[in-house]
Amino acid sequence: MSPIHDQSYRRYRGGKATPGSSWTVIAWAGLRTMFRKRAFMGLMLFAWLPFIVRAVQIYIASNYPQASMLAPTAETFREFLEQQDFFVFVVTIYAGAGLIANDRRANALQIYLSKPLMRTEYVGGKAAILFTFLMLVTWLPAMLLLLLQVMFAGSFTFLKANLFLFPAITVASLLQVILATFTMLALSSLSKSSRYVGILYAGIIFFTAAIYAAMLAITGSTSLSWLSLSSSLSQVVDVIFRLKPRYATPWPVSLLVIAGLVAVSISVLERRVRGVEVVT
Amino acid sequence: MLTTPVESAQPSGTPPDTAVVSLDNVTVIYGKNRALKDVTARFARGAVGLLGPNGAGKSTMLKALLGFVKPEQGRMTVLGLDVAHRPMEIRARLGYMPETDAHIPGMNAVSFVAYCGQLAGLPAVDAMQRAHEVLYYVGLGEARYRNVETYSTGMKQRIKLAQALVHDPDLLFLDEPTNGMDPKGRDEMLELIRDLGHNKNVNLILSSHLLPDVEFTCDHVVVMDKGQIAAQGPIDELKGPAGRVFELRVKGDLIAFVEVLRAAGMDCHSTDEDVMRVFVPSGLASGLGAAGGRDQQAIFALASRHKVQVRHLRPSVPTLEDVFAKAVGEE
Repeated sequence: MSPIHDQSYRRYRGGKATPGSSWTVIAWAGLRTMFRKRAFMGLMLFAWLPFIVRAVQIYIASNYPQASMLAPTAETFREFLEQQDFFVFVVTIYAGAGLIANDRRANALQIYLSKPLMRTEYVGGKAAILFTFLMLVTWLPAMLLLLLQVMFAGSFTFLKANLFLFPAITVASLLQVILATFTMLALSSLSKSSRYVGILYAGIIFFTAAIYAAMLAITGSTSLSWLSLSSSLSQVVDVIFRLKPRYATPWPVSLLVIAGLVAVSISVLERRVRGVEVVT
Repeated sequence: MLTTPVESAQPSGTPPDTAVVSLDNVTVIYGKNRALKDVTARFARGAVGLLGPNGAGKSTMLKALLGFVKPEQGRMTVLGLDVAHRPMEIRARLGYMPETDAHIPGMNAVSFVAYCGQLAGLPAVDAMQRAHEVLYYVGLGEARYRNVETYSTGMKQRIKLAQALVHDPDLLFLDEPTNGMDPKGRDEMLELIRDLGHNKNVNLILSSHLLPDVEFTCDHVVVMDKGQIAAQGPIDELKGPAGRVFELRVKGDLIAFVEVLRAAGMDCHSTDEDVMRVFVPSGLASGLGAAGGRDQQAIFALASRHKVQVRHLRPSVPTLEDVFAKAVGEE
């Protein structure tokens, strides 16, 4: 390679990666960009406060028999994930709203797609950024809590009795994170303004919850919980944790709502992530 | 990560002396608008101008070649590879400078260009080193740590060229690269493009509606109009058979005199001002019986015969403007 001070253009004779791995470049760049933001780092640290509280709870329950009412159960982990819903919501808006919207504002899509990467790689790279952050505030602390329980108790008794918690935490976290990631990416691809995307996402969450609340007030039945996105997720996660579902809606219906929204989001991404915007 | 070494600066898989880009009966439709109509074209090695007025279909052609737009019919090859079946291989060897402002938000110039290099498959260290090199090459060396969003229009044009060059493409698509640049910056950009095409062994297609830009940088031209190819070939050949071009301004019945000149075998077309350009094929003056066979004498003789006053007659040289005007049928 030529030295930096040489100002003439030279041909490149080094190696090149085979196409197919560019999504990792996008993902790393996105993660680095977000980690450089102090406010975001503060938010991520704040999102771990419930973990610390739960860790203290487990420690006390393990070491002080008089505090046995604090002993963790499978429901403790379900409650922990539910507590993290708020942070999932905030992190999704903070880290996700601009992922594609900012690229659309800067006409960056034609730069990306003129390189040897497919549209799926671009979406995959962007999704990996939000996916990683959301897993960092859901799956990772929940798994660490499980690990802490074993360490503080000094036995595997709880773990052996609740072995299903490993897959339950993983599947519940994945469901929550995949839903948030694809919904946000789809919304982000619809606009050039990340602010507008954030408002739209919050609007969808709150509006569907409000509709369900109104229907609940009118009908007095929880069978319409599928109208609310967050209620649908709660219903399915209850089943994953082997708990009694909290709503009257059959859980497969709630799962269908979640799967449908992910499918619609993928369809939106397929239409919106293109090198050229065709206006007819 | 698997890597493939680049053995030679010469494009591989492309036999010498063949077209780097070819289109056969390509039709592209946007909604109800046929942007490309059954286009068949060949782009030779070296620097080729893609010339045409706004809306002629130049950018659409480039986007179709990049795989952004799927044609309704036809076949396209770039560097000997079929666009429909091997788009990734093509893009790995191709650099694209889009017409509109385009950058990755939130990055400084060197990060942006290095990032583009990595997206094109360069290892991170090589991408960073190449980014510094190409930024110096395009004249942004001193501003390479500034955020791209703070750049002027001219600087944004240069950074677009840098990101297109960073992975050392065999073929460059430059879409209106001098748009919005001041005269000095425009000259520098054209010098860069000329250098790439003539000294750095990079094939390039320069899409522009500016005749002087194409004429300065390119050896071949493809002229487009209304979604069709109006003319194509080496610029020198397209400038036509031997003959002379004159700038002419007359007082009198202009329309009738133009008809007279055309009837005499000369080719006329207007320019931006009231001066028209008259092409006199070689040997025509002798045929018209002008004294000594001099072309300007033939024009004077015709003017005198039809009571038209010649106010301005100056020899000129055939330019791409003449080719363009003839190709798109400008009156």
